[in-house]
Amino acid sequence: MTRFVVSVHIVPRQGLLDPQGKAVADSLRTLGFAGVRDVHVGRHVVLELDAADAASAERAVREMCSHLLANPVTEDFELAGVRPA
Amino acid sequence: MKVGVVSFPGSNCDEDALLAIVERLHESAVLLWHKDHDLQGADVVILPGGFSYGDYLRSGAIARFSPIMQEVVAHARRGGPVIGFCNGFQIACEAGLLPGALLRNVSLQFRSMPVTLRVETSQTVFTNAATAGARLTMPIAHGDGRFTADADTLTRLESEGQVVFRYVNAAGEPTEAANPNGSMRNIAGVCNPGGTVVGMMPHPERALEPLLGSTDGLVLFESLLASVKA
Amino acid sequence: MTTHATPRPGDPAITPALVAEHGITPDEYDRVVAMLGRTPTLTEIGIISALWSEHCSYKHSRPVLKTLPTQAPWVLQGPGENAGVIAIGDGLAVAFKIESHNHPSAVEPYQGAATGVGGILRDVFTMGARPIAMLNSLRFGSLDTPRVRYLVAGVVKGIGDYGNCVGIPTVAGDVMFDAAYEGNPLVNAMCVGLLREEELIRAKAEGVGNPIIAVGARTGRDGIHGASFASEDLSAETEAKRPRVQVGDPFTEKLLLEASLELIRSGHIVAIQDMGAAGLTSSSAEMAERGDVGVTIDTMKVPVREAGMTPYEILLSESQERMLVVATRGREAEVKAILAKWDLVAEVIGEVIAEPVYRVTEGDRVVAEFPGTRLVTDCPQYHPEARESDAAIERRTRDVAAIAEQPEEADPIWTLTRLLEAPTIASKRWIHRQYDSTVRTSTVAGPGHADAAVIRIRGTRKAIAVKTDCNGRYVYLDPRVGGRIAVAEAARNVACTGATPRAITNCLNFGNPKKPEVFFQFREAVYGMGDACRALETPVTGGNVSLYNENPQGAVYPTPTIGMVGVLDDAAHATRMTFTTPGDAILLLGEPREELGGSEYLAWIHGTVAGAPPACDLDAEKALIDAILEAIRAGHVRSAHDCSEGGLGVALAESCIADETHPLGAEVDLSAWPALSRRALLFGETQGRIIVSTSDADAVTAIATRHGVPVYRIGTVRLATDGLTVQVGASRWTAPLATLADAYHGAIPRAMSRAAAETVGTEGVA
Repeated sequence: MTRFVVSVHIVPRQGLLDPQGKAVADSLRTLGFAGVRDVHVGRHVVLELDAADAASAERAVREMCSHLLANPVTEDFELAGVRPA
Repeated sequence: MKVGVVSFPGSNCDEDALLAIVERLHESAVLLWHKDHDLQGADVVILPGGFSYGDYLRSGAIARFSPIMQEVVAHARRGGPVIGFCNGFQIACEAGLLPGALLRNVSLQFRSMPVTLRVETSQTVFTNAATAGARLTMPIAHGDGRFTADADTLTRLESEGQVVFRYVNAAGEPTEAANPNGSMRNIAGVCNPGGTVVGMMPHPERALEPLLGSTDGLVLFESLLASVKA
Repeated sequence: MTTHATPRPGDPAITPALVAEHGITPDEYDRVVAMLGRTPTLTEIGIISALWSEHCSYKHSRPVLKTLPTQAPWVLQGPGENAGVIAIGDGLAVAFKIESHNHPSAVEPYQGAATGVGGILRDVFTMGARPIAMLNSLRFGSLDTPRVRYLVAGVVKGIGDYGNCVGIPTVAGDVMFDAAYEGNPLVNAMCVGLLREEELIRAKAEGVGNPIIAVGARTGRDGIHGASFASEDLSAETEAKRPRVQVGDPFTEKLLLEASLELIRSGHIVAIQDMGAAGLTSSSAEMAERGDVGVTIDTMKVPVREAGMTPYEILLSESQERMLVVATRGREAEVKAILAKWDLVAEVIGEVIAEPVYRVTEGDRVVAEFPGTRLVTDCPQYHPEARESDAAIERRTRDVAAIAEQPEEADPIWTLTRLLEAPTIASKRWIHRQYDSTVRTSTVAGPGHADAAVIRIRGTRKAIAVKTDCNGRYVYLDPRVGGRIAVAEAARNVACTGATPRAITNCLNFGNPKKPEVFFQFREAVYGMGDACRALETPVTGGNVSLYNENPQGAVYPTPTIGMVGVLDDAAHATRMTFTTPGDAILLLGEPREELGGSEYLAWIHGTVAGAPPACDLDAEKALIDAILEAIRAGHVRSAHDCSEGGLGVALAESCIADETHPLGAEVDLSAWPALSRRALLFGETQGRIIVSTSDADAVTAIATRHGVPVYRIGTVRLATDGLTVQVGASRWTAPLATLADAYHGAIPRAMSRAAAETVGTEGVA
C-alpha cells in the first residue's frame, strides 16, 4: 500500500443557478475587473488515503464523490490530481 | 399513533417536534437516537430540523449514512409515513426518499420569517385533512432552502401531483416576491409518488398555538393522525 | 512559602522587554517576583499576563463595580460566577449574562461575533441552565462607509450562523450607528437559560483528590493571548494580529451543550467552567480560587490539535468549545461515557490537591507554580484618576435650542420620514430575519414586534421578557444621567410587554481607563446605573467589562449596555408595540418636555451630538412601570410602546407601521403643550413616556392617575388608508403610511444592498 494525496474539485452543475458565483462575479466587476464573464464557486477537497496504486486511489475517490462528497443532483466533480504523499 | 423523531447530532428541532406530538396532539412520541437501529415501533418517522452533523459538507449529506437512517429508509420503502421538516427535508432528499435537492438561498442569507403556503394536493399522509388551494402561514428558518431539480423531474412532480406546498403571496399567487429562497416554481414541499413521504422547508411544528402566532400547522398533523388511524 | 518552577530548555530570558510585551507593568512584575520569591518562568509570565489583564482581573474597574446593588430576595447567584441566576417561581430560575467580543469582531467580524455567541452560551449552560434565548447589542460606525457595511454583514452572519446552528432563538437586541464607533464596533452577546433551582451548579473546585478533566474540542494554537488582546487599543498593528482570532464550531458547541447538561444532571461532577478568555489558565485558576483549594495540571495530558505545543501555548490557547470539569473521584469512567455518547473527548489532566498551590507541570517538570490562590487574589487594583473632559462639558452645555431649523423642517412629516430612515431608528428586519427567532417553539413576541422579546416558560403560565439597551450619546454627554437612562429604558421596555423588571446583567464598554476622562465616564456611569438599579429594584447579577475600546480617533462613546430580564406571571398578558384595532384611544403616559439634547434628531438632521441628555426621574419611572403593569394585567392595554430615539413622533409612527403585515393609521392631536417647541414635542427624547392604545381610556387613565403618572388622551387609531395625522394647534399634517413604511423598512436593506461586494467572502450559510 502507498499513501496518496488526491484532490477533487466539486462545482455546481453546469447551467444551474449559482447565486454565490453570480455575487462574486458582480463584485469583481464592481472592483473594476470588467472582463469577468462568469464565476462558479465550488469546493476543493483534499484526501489522504492508502491504496495499492494511483489508479485504485483514483477509483476509490470517484466512488466517494458519487456517494457523499458531491450531490449528483446539483454538482459535478473532477479529479484535480493524484500524487504519492 | 406513535411517532418516532430522529435525533441526529446537531438536530435542534427534535424536541419541538416531540412536544408538538405529545402536548398538542396528545399522541405518543419517542426520540430515535442516530446510532440505534431501532424505530421502537413508531408508525410515523419525523426527520426534524437542525444542522445534522453541522451540515458541514452539504445540508443533510452526512445524516443519511447514520445507522438509524437505514431503518427509516426501510420503513419508507414499506410505505410507512416519513415527514421531513427543514433539515429533515434536506436529509430525505440526500437519502433518495424524495426527488431534488435544497441549495443555498438565492439571497445567500439565512431567512427566518413567516411565509404563506398554498396546499397543492390533499393526496398525501400529511395533507389529507387539508383542502387543495388552502393557504397556511408558518415560519421558515433556513439558509439552504432553494428547491432544485432537473426539468424532467419538475415535469414529473407537477404531473404526478408530487408538489405538496408552494410559497404564495396573500392573494395565493406563487410570485417571485413570495418566494423566500429562490426555489424552482416556488416549491416549498414535495412528496414521493405514494404520498407517504413528505418533505417541506417550513416549520409546521412552530405553528400549533395561538400564543405563538399561528395554528395553521395543526391541519397537517391532524392529517397524519387520520392517515395512521385509517 | 516558596515555590519552584524550572524554565524549559529554549525559553527566552526574562527581560524587561519580554515583560512589557506581555502587558505587565514594572510594578506588577515586582509583585510577581515578591510573590514567588524568584524570577518567574516564561510560562508563569504568560499566565500572569492573561490573568492580570483587565478582561480577567477587573483591576481598574472592581472598586467602582462594588458599589452596584447585587441583592434581592429573588437573586440566587450574583456577580462572580459564569452567569447570574434569579428565581422566577414554580421552582424555576433563569441564568443570564452578557459579554463583549468587540476586538475580535473588529478584526474578523464573522468569527469574532460567532465565537462571542459561543462563549456566552457556555457561560449559561455551565450554570446548569438550558439556553432559551439570545440577544445582541451592536454598535457600528456610519453605514455610509464600506468598511462598516462589511462589519455589519459579517457580524450579523456570524451571530446568525452560530446561534441558528446550536438552535437557540435570537429574539431581541439593539443596534445603533454613530461615527464614534467607527473602527471599534461593539458586539455584546447575551444569553438567557432556564433551569430548576436545584440544578444550579457553581464553578467552584472542591474535594482533594478529585480529577480535573478537559472536555470538548482539542486545544490548538488559535486565540493565544486573546484576553490580553482584548485589553489593548485597536490599531493598524491589530489588523496584523489576525491569526490570534479563534474559529467557532457551533456543531461541537451543540454537542457540548447537551453533554454538559447531561453531566451536570448525572451528579458525577462538582464543578464546570468554560475555557473562555485565557482558556485553561483562567478556568483552572478561577475554579481553584473560588474553592480555595490547590490544583495541579499536567499540560502533556491535554488533548491537542497540533504537535509540539508548549505549556505556554496550551495554557493560553483560546480554542473554542472546551470545558474544564472537576469530577467526583472514581467517576472518571462515567464522565467519559457521557462525553463519548456525544462523540466528544474527555481527558483527566490534573487534580484538586491539599497543598495550597497552583501548579502546572509538563510531565515531571514543574513549569509554573504559584502559592495558594494568590495568582488571582494578588492582582493589583487601581484607582485611576477621574476627570471630566472639557470637550464633553462643552458639548453638554452647548445651547442646542439655538440650532436653526432647516427649511424643510417646516413640514414635520419631512423630518419624521428622515428620522424613520436613520439606521439607528429604522427597522432592523434586515438583521433579524437572518436569526432563527422561532426555534424551541416558545417565542411569544420576537424581534421587531414588541419593546422586548417575550419567551414563554413551558409547563407554566409564565413568560420572561428580555431586552438590551444603552444610548451611548447620553452617557457621553452626562455619564451619570446616561447610566440611569440605560437601566430605566431597559426596564420600561420590559414593562411595556407586561413583565415586571427583575434584574440586569451589564456589559461596560469604555475606552482606556488610564485616561482620566474615560475613567470619569466609567465611574459616573456605574454610579448612575446603581442609582437606577436601586430605584427600580433590578439588581446587577453579573456582566463583563470591556475597556480599551479605542481607535486612532479616540474612545468610543461610553456604552454600559444593560441586559434586562423581567417576568410575566401570565404569558397571555404579553403586549406588543403596534396598534391593533381602529377606533382604540391612544394615550400618552408621561409628559413631554423641552429636551432636545443628545437626540437622534440633532444627530441625524443636524449632525450634532450635544446638549444635556433628557433628565431621568427615577421615582417617576418606577411609578410609570407600576402603572403600565397594572393596566396590562387588568386587560386594558392593546399595545404599549416606549418613546425613545426619535421621540413621540417616531414612537407613534412605529406603532402604526412596525408590523408590516398589519399597518394601521392614527389621528393625533398634540395641542396640549403650546409652550413646547414643535421639534421638542415631536422629536425630543424626554424619558418616562409610553404610548398606549386601549379600548377603555377611562380605566387606563384612572390607573395612571392613581400612580401619579400624567396621562393624556392624544388620539385615535385609524385605518391604514387614513395614514398618520398629527395636529398641533392650528397646523395639521398627514402622512400616507406607505411613505413612512418605505422609509422605515427600506432604509437598512437599501444601505446594505451596496454591501454585496463585501459579503460574498464569508462562508457557511446552512
